[in-house]
Amino acid sequence: MVPISNYLWVSVILFSLGVTGVILRRNAIVIFMCIELMMNAANLAFVAFARQTHTLDGQVMVFFVMTVAAAEVAVGLAIIISMFRHHESVNIDQVDLLRG
Amino acid sequence: MDLKWIALVPLFPLLGSVINLFLGRRLSKGVVGTLACAAVLASFAVSVGAFFSLNAMAPEHRQVVVHLFDWIDAGSFHVPFAFLVDPLSVLMILVVTGVGFLIHVYSTSYMEHDEGYARYFTYLNLFTFSMLVLVLGSSFLTLFVGWEGVGLCSYLLIGFWYEKKSASDAGKKAFVVNRIGDFGFALGMMLIFWTFGSLNFTEVFSGASRFAAGEPVMTTICLLLFVGACGKSAQLPLYVWLPDAMEGPTPVSALIHAATMVTAGVYMVARCHVLYMLSPTAMGVVAVVGGVTALFAATIGLVQNDIKRVLAYSTVSQLGYMFLALGVGAFSAGIFHVMTHAFFKALLFLGSGSVIHALSGEQDIRKMGALKGPLGRTYFTFLFGTLALAGIFPFAGFFSKDEILWNVYNTNRVLWVVGVAGAFCTAFYMFRLVFLTFFGESRLTSEAKHHLHESPPRMLVPLFVLAILSVVGGWIGLPLMPGGNPLTHWLDPVFGPEAAVGGEGAGHGLEIGLMALSLGVALFGIMVAWLFYRKTPKLPVALGASMKGAYNMLLNKYYVDEIYGAAIVRPFFSLSGMLWTFFDVKVVDGVVNAVGRFVRGAGSAARGLQSGYVGGYALAMVLGLVVVISYYFIK
Repeated sequence: MVPISNYLWVSVILFSLGVTGVILRRNAIVIFMCIELMMNAANLAFVAFARQTHTLDGQVMVFFVMTVAAAEVAVGLAIIISMFRHHESVNIDQVDLLRG
Repeated sequence: MDLKWIALVPLFPLLGSVINLFLGRRLSKGVVGTLACAAVLASFAVSVGAFFSLNAMAPEHRQVVVHLFDWIDAGSFHVPFAFLVDPLSVLMILVVTGVGFLIHVYSTSYMEHDEGYARYFTYLNLFTFSMLVLVLGSSFLTLFVGWEGVGLCSYLLIGFWYEKKSASDAGKKAFVVNRIGDFGFALGMMLIFWTFGSLNFTEVFSGASRFAAGEPVMTTICLLLFVGACGKSAQLPLYVWLPDAMEGPTPVSALIHAATMVTAGVYMVARCHVLYMLSPTAMGVVAVVGGVTALFAATIGLVQNDIKRVLAYSTVSQLGYMFLALGVGAFSAGIFHVMTHAFFKALLFLGSGSVIHALSGEQDIRKMGALKGPLGRTYFTFLFGTLALAGIFPFAGFFSKDEILWNVYNTNRVLWVVGVAGAFCTAFYMFRLVFLTFFGESRLTSEAKHHLHESPPRMLVPLFVLAILSVVGGWIGLPLMPGGNPLTHWLDPVFGPEAAVGGEGAGHGLEIGLMALSLGVALFGIMVAWLFYRKTPKLPVALGASMKGAYNMLLNKYYVDEIYGAAIVRPFFSLSGMLWTFFDVKVVDGVVNAVGRFVRGAGSAARGLQSGYVGGYALAMVLGLVVVISYYFIK
């Protein structure tokens, strides 16, 4: 049986990739995908723990996360579309309407 | 009559006031005036009923507390809104509503052509209401409601012609000076509550028996209350507002000087006689202040040239006599003088109003003279009031003033001399007023002469009624009656059997002798006035010129207003100015502006953080997360 630490390492790597992507990338859609990546890293950790502890809690949580992710996609893509309509670009460096 | 109906006494004027306040502009003048008069007349009728039902009771039971509703009920602090019906309060409400009614009737004619007719009667009824609450209240707090009420109404009525700067100034002066007195009164009330745990008269006065005479706390309470009385009843050093109160319409002066307002202080001290009896020091202060005020104001009255101002100073002086009586423990004599004074002072003010009315607003007696013919009826009634005020037998003032002087003689000879000197001045200045106004040659302006007319019946009838009262009003306090005079007897349940201040031993012979003496002093004053202003009119001018210093001193009222101006008002103004330009502008505004500047500066410094770049925020968030998590790992 594959030890749990392996799963967690994969999860950590995926999460770090997601964080790095969110911070470094400029394309809103890529950032969006990176966020999904972070969520799925969390999902992986949840499932791994659920299997380790022989409980269903983690698995149930994954469904919640997936639901949230779906809702987030709906809202997030809408934001990105309206942003594109406004700026004709999805480069977040060009969006600084909230600058103080 | 069941005494619970006593609540109607203040209720009627209140209703009249409220109706006139809201509907007065739409009603005709006749309706407004009738309503106001009817309200006070109804109160008077109820008061008479209360008098008779109280009279039917056994003397020792003549003290009924009529509970209306619980006003304040907080923890151990209970104040019921209740009225105390006893001989003293019934006497006061009879005077207030009786004299007040006559003044209302007079006003309907006097104020006929005034724009603010309804407003005037609204205030007048409210004034009566406040005074009735004041005298009927069964606790210090209820009394204080009326106390503040009359203060407010006097402000409103003195400044009734508010477009005139002097009138609105006089109103403000009355209000501010009264405020000083009220402050003392409020402190006194707090000390009473602190000492007795209650503000109800019955509990306080029965609790006072626990204290020995001369205890400092009693003296403090009495002196603080007396500060309030000084403000309200125009005694030294707070009398300054009363002469200025002349700026109001003349019937208002009559109301303030006779029935309401200024008698409040006398009433309050008499009501608290239980406390004052426990403090010889406070009694001494009351007597000395009263005596000094009596003479002080009378001397100012000697040379004033405004008809109402002379009367105003005579009021201050007469109030001094009342306090003199209270101070020597002759409480019923003081209240007796309140009553007779209400009659003849109302008469004199309404009479002077009649003169002023006839002369189209002229108040300077140097521009009057020879009005005896054209204003015969006014002259006749005015003379009655003058004789009563001067203390001529058998007019009302004679009896009350002599009872005071007799009691003072038995207590303190120095104050008696002061009182007699005051009586001389009183007789002199009143007859000076009469001679200059009604006798001699006419000094009227031709215009005034043209409009000269006797007043209409609605003004004359109150004058006649008051003139009769100024004669017979004193007879209810006839001296030398077996078993004390009727008024004293009536007030016995309140003040206790009069301890006839060493009087019995001295015998009636001395009392009669003193009466003759003070009558002689009054006649001498009249004679001097006659000599000065009828026989040799050049004499006062020459005298004034030869004693210029003294004359100017009196004419300028001992420069008291100027002294107050220099010692209190102006320093106060400059202090206020300093507080404004320095403390308010520099310190208060400075702090406020500094806070604003700091926030703005901090904001613009922190502005840089909000770049609007989402990536930056994400980075900050991640870094923060890393810091937090590593903290937990390291710990």
